[in-house]
Amino acid sequence: MPHDHHDHDTLSPSGHPYRKDDDTALSYWQVLEIAVRELLIEKGHITAVQVHDQINTMDARSPANGAKVVARAWCNPEFKSALLADAAQASRDMGFDIGPMHLIAVENTASVHNVVVCTLCSCYPRNLLGLPPDWYKSRAYRSRTVIEPRKVLSEFGVDIAQDVQVRVHDSTADMRYIVLPAQPALARGLLENELAQWVTRDSMIGVGIPQAPI
Amino acid sequence: MAEFFGKRWHDMGGDPAGHINHDQHDFALWEKRVDALMVLASSVGLMNTDSLRRVLEDMGKESYETMTYYERWIASVSQNMVEAGAFSTAELADKMAQVKARGATYGDAT
Amino acid sequence: MKVRVHNNWPPGHIRTPAYLRGKVGEVERDIGLFNNPEQNAYRLPPQERNLVRVRFTMSEVWGDAAETPDDVIEAEIYAHWLEPA
Repeated sequence: MPHDHHDHDTLSPSGHPYRKDDDTALSYWQVLEIAVRELLIEKGHITAVQVHDQINTMDARSPANGAKVVARAWCNPEFKSALLADAAQASRDMGFDIGPMHLIAVENTASVHNVVVCTLCSCYPRNLLGLPPDWYKSRAYRSRTVIEPRKVLSEFGVDIAQDVQVRVHDSTADMRYIVLPAQPALARGLLENELAQWVTRDSMIGVGIPQAPI
Repeated sequence: MAEFFGKRWHDMGGDPAGHINHDQHDFALWEKRVDALMVLASSVGLMNTDSLRRVLEDMGKESYETMTYYERWIASVSQNMVEAGAFSTAELADKMAQVKARGATYGDAT
Repeated sequence: MKVRVHNNWPPGHIRTPAYLRGKVGEVERDIGLFNNPEQNAYRLPPQERNLVRVRFTMSEVWGDAAETPDDVIEAEIYAHWLEPA
């Protein structure tokens, strides 16, 4: 079966460096992964090409996609309405292949700040934003965000004023969530593609706010 | 809380917890393959998101404490495949032995 | 519309978080029909069940321990876990 040997100095398509995993001692779970994959292929349930293609598909999904959606909402009031009405369809209309994912966009305003968590597991809008960060899946984030969101947010560097309501969205079922952060005052008048550079992954989860690109 | 007998370990909203570690790790090839296997096996009806989660939950609290995310996922995918009849534990045993015999690293064995 | 989450504690795969059971909230929106995860998880042919987003205040959920009483939690709860309040 095809053997992908990756140059450890290059970046994977998702923009992250490959872990130097190919040279480390084979673990029980890696053996299991290889065995499960090969058995499923041998039995004709899936193909090696599909595995390869699915990895590429996921690698192509990253916060940059969500950033483009947010930037368009900032520039285009009709798109913003469409996004808030049906975020999945609005994302597809922009050309993003999000598969069957159901998506709800929640808007930050002068009086509301939204933050997303999955207390029961790690549900995340991966088909738009790519794979979630480790901390999103951690016990501490999952436990604390629904009971002390402002403390959690301040640990992420975001302090919410007392006259702003915090809304915590717990992804308990079929919906996935993306926060539509507020457009910063300093970012007014920029072009859509410039605005996308301001939108961070954390701002679309709700634990960050958009920032000027470095 | 008056009655929490019956609250399961994974149902952790509101539980006391400490500092959130902000470290992130890059996804290894084997982990991306695990993710892909879950998606593909689900797309052909051998499992689904709910059955993935159910097995993860039934693996118990210790699995969460001692195994990494994708280690737990491949354990769940594998169990789902056996439950679905995609392959047997005997076939898995033989295949795992073959894989191990290929060499000492993931690169050798894949 | 006010709804209360059933204060039931069955074993098995349930997507109604423990911290919301028995709590009263306001329906935020109806999302429509989805396969019942309580059946899907066991690979049983699932029936479709109505899914509802419910908004709970922090004071309702955590009482005096609430960080900010008027902050809210919104969660998707299956209709078979809800009753009118």
